[in-house]
This record gives sequence, C-alpha cells and structure tokens, in this order.
Amino acid sequence: MLKKRLIATLLVRDRLIVQSFGFKKYLPIGRPRFPIEFVVRWDVDEIVLLDMSASKRGTGPDEAVLEMLSQYCYVPLTVGGGIRDVDEVRRTIRAGADKVCVNTHAMARPPLITEIATVFGSQCVVVSIDCKRENSGEYQVYTDSGSRPSGKSPVEWATECADRGAGEIFLNSIDRDGSREGYDTALIGAVANAVKIPVIACGGVGHFKHFAAGIVEAGASAVAAANIFHHVEHSTIFAKAHMLASGVDVRLDSVAKYRGREFDDDGRLLMLSAERLDDIEANHLSRADG
Amino acid sequence: MVRERLMRRPHIAIIDYGMGNIRSVHNALLRLGCTVVTSFRPEDMFEADALILPGVGAFGEAVANLKARELIEPIQRAVRDEGKPLLGICLGMQLLAETSEEGGVFEGLSLVRGEVRRINVSANFRIPHMGWNTLSIKKQQPLFGQLADGDAFYFVHSYQLICDSDDVAATTTYESDIVAAVQHNHVFGVQFHPERSQRKGLELLRNFVDVAAGPASQAKC
Repeated sequence: MLKKRLIATLLVRDRLIVQSFGFKKYLPIGRPRFPIEFVVRWDVDEIVLLDMSASKRGTGPDEAVLEMLSQYCYVPLTVGGGIRDVDEVRRTIRAGADKVCVNTHAMARPPLITEIATVFGSQCVVVSIDCKRENSGEYQVYTDSGSRPSGKSPVEWATECADRGAGEIFLNSIDRDGSREGYDTALIGAVANAVKIPVIACGGVGHFKHFAAGIVEAGASAVAAANIFHHVEHSTIFAKAHMLASGVDVRLDSVAKYRGREFDDDGRLLMLSAERLDDIEANHLSRADG
Repeated sequence: MVRERLMRRPHIAIIDYGMGNIRSVHNALLRLGCTVVTSFRPEDMFEADALILPGVGAFGEAVANLKARELIEPIQRAVRDEGKPLLGICLGMQLLAETSEEGGVFEGLSLVRGEVRRINVSANFRIPHMGWNTLSIKKQQPLFGQLADGDAFYFVHSYQLICDSDDVAATTTYESDIVAAVQHNHVFGVQFHPERSQRKGLELLRNFVDVAAGPASQAKC
C-alpha cells in the first residue's frame, strides 16, 4: 500500500531556519543543519526547503548551503526559492535536490512549468500556491511571498499547472499560516478534487491532531507543516502517532511509537498515570522473576 | 580476522552519465564507510569493487547519454567479464533491461532479460507512482538481509520493469504488482530510491556494499 506522506517544511531566511506567522513575522530557530538531521531521524517522509531570501538576492536557492545540507538528508528533498529557469533547476538538483518548487516565476511565466517537466520529468516539478481568502469569501492566489494578488483562483491555477506538467501542488493558506487553527480543509478539498496530481496541504497546523484532517477531510495526498516541528523533541514522530491513531496509513519505523499516549492542548506529551506506571513496574518485575 | 573484514572499505564507482541527483547516492555511500568515485571514465569503473548506476529521467535520453560517453560496452564488460556487482537504482534499474517503450523504442544494457513498459492503472491511481510503498520480498539474500515484508521505501516512477519471475527480488503493489527489485546473479536493481529511504534504505545499500566487499573478505575470515 502506498503510504500517506508527512512533510516538514523548512523556511530559510538569511541562512537561518525561521518560523513564519502570516507571511509577515518571522522567528529565528537556528542553523539549518540540525532541524534537518532531527526530522530525518524522526521518520519524516520528505523535506521541503524554501530559501525565502533567494528572490531578494535575485538568484536561485543558495547552492553552497544546499550542498552542505544534502549530506544530512536521507529522505526526498524539494527545494524552492526564486527559481526562474531550467539552468537554475539543474544547479539546484546538482547541489542535492530531488525536486524543485516554483511559485512566483511560474505565475509570471507559466511555460516555465512545462520547460522543467520536459527536461527533468513531471515528478520533479512542485508548484507552490499561496492562497488568501478575500472579503468576498472567494479565494485568490498570491505571489511574491504573499504580497501580490494574481487575479486567479486556486482551482483555476492548480488545474492550469497540472495541465502544463506539474507533478504536485504544494497548497498553502496565507490566512492560516502561523495561526495554529488547523488546515483550511475547504480550500484544500476544492483543489484536491479539481486536479489528478497529488496535493500537499500546508498552513495552520497548531496541534499534532490537525494533520489527519488534511488527508481524511480534505483529501490531500500529503500533509506539511513548519512551525510545529520546532522546539519539540520527536515532533514528526508525534505527528505520525496522531495520524496512525486517526486511521491514516503512514510509515512509522521508529522504535518509539507513542501508541495510546495522550497529549495536552499544546501538543505536549502527558505523563503516564501513577497506576499505569505501577502496572508497568509490576509487569517488569514479574518478568524478571520468571 | 573479523577486524580485517571490518577494515576493508569497498571502493564503489557511481556511473555519472548526467542524469538525476547523484550526490545523494554519493553521500549515502560515504556514510556507510565506502570510498566512492563518481565518474564517467571506464578505468574508474574497472578499478572499483562494485558499480552503481543511478538515475532519474527519461530512458531514451539516458541511453543517448550513455552512448555519447561510450559507457555501454565498458559497463557490460565490467559486469559480465569481470564479475563486478552492479546496483541499478530507479531509472538505473530499468536501464538493465533489454528494451524500453518510453518515448519510442530503445535498447538498454541487456544485463537482465526484460522490458520496460508504462505503468497501467485505472483512473483512481495517479501516475507517477510516487511516495513510500511497502515491499513483498521474494529473494531475501543478499540484498534484503534483515529487512522484512512491509518495510516501506521511496518510489517515484511512471514506467515499470517486466522481467522473468525468477529474477524478481521484491514487488510492491500499486493497484497491481510492480517489480520493486531484481537480481540476476550479481546484477541487482531497485525501482525505489534507497538513498532517500531513510534508515531502511541505508540498510539495503549496506547489504549491497557487503556484496561488494564480497567473497574475498569472507574467505579471509
């Protein structure tokens, strides 16, 4: 059976990993190497690394940083940030990426999607779509880190991307970004129904229990988040433990599975009750005696 | 003597024919303690203990690149005449076949009897077959070692290898069964990406590296 995927999004700004809030405020986490090493050990299925400073520099993703980071990445790595032509894709892949993520430049010049797909295959092209819910209640796609309205609806643009050869849609909600309210399942469901290529849900996860809704309610093929994975030990394992408990088929190879364990509202692991600990101790002792 | 075996670091040549992300394979092998050369020079291949043929992309372009770099005959010689173990990864596995129908009809390396065809699925299944899928292992040793049925690996492909059932080392299921790994004597191929399949993937690569370290080191023990 093909498993559902859990993806960690790592946002790089001026060579630091950051948390993002509403595409406006950023909280620095630290050097990129360690979050990558951690989530890879903790059974994450893929990593999406977005170099947010690339557009500002007017270049593609930082190759030197990427070459260093790819040494620690033993899961598929998607890299985005200011990619505007096939040459930049080639350099990014040479530096260690498996797929590339395009956003602003794909909207500015849609044939870019076909050009990349022709040379590297559709599986290599992920189109990232940032959406915002307007006052009218309609959704609109924004580019340039959520600052420029495109005049297109998410369904319309995602369908066009798929027709032009995109392999996946990475769908992010600007309103939900950093909000901790959970996924915008209406938005994700509408796009997942409209296209035949996999849709990755992103934006809004504030608790590990939010992940399952992206797949069960909205019909995404993969779920992604960024902020929640920082500052928590075993964060991606916690996420998968919750998904398995909700009946979502994900890979969990880790020895620690947190089966039957409980979490508080902030997603922190609760201690086992005194009775339960007594049981475990009694079990252990009787086995040692036997 | 155990020490001697531990200290023997196999030398692996990754065949660079300009397709796909080779660096990740290189990194994984370094982590396993091999010495690695990524090269398109035949002499590097003949010096190595084993070869890896990686690759992502289109079959036709891959064959054209192999031809342009005059690699087909040296690979066949290294494997057939010199008995060097070879592991094909993803497109690299498909290239082991005799022919492919991807974007025309192309001849492969003919190291495994079989042909490459498009995956045929109903409308509910998306192509490419992409993501982590579980295996059903048919030939446990040497490639799968301690790995078990149900272990998941990362796949991304639109075409599949059709070959003799005797050569199938593992299958996966995507509506119907797909060949996930082949083995014909010392020629191995995996449709998934072990270098991107976390610790289980590294374990599989280590099993192949042990084959490369090979009978010579075992004989010494």
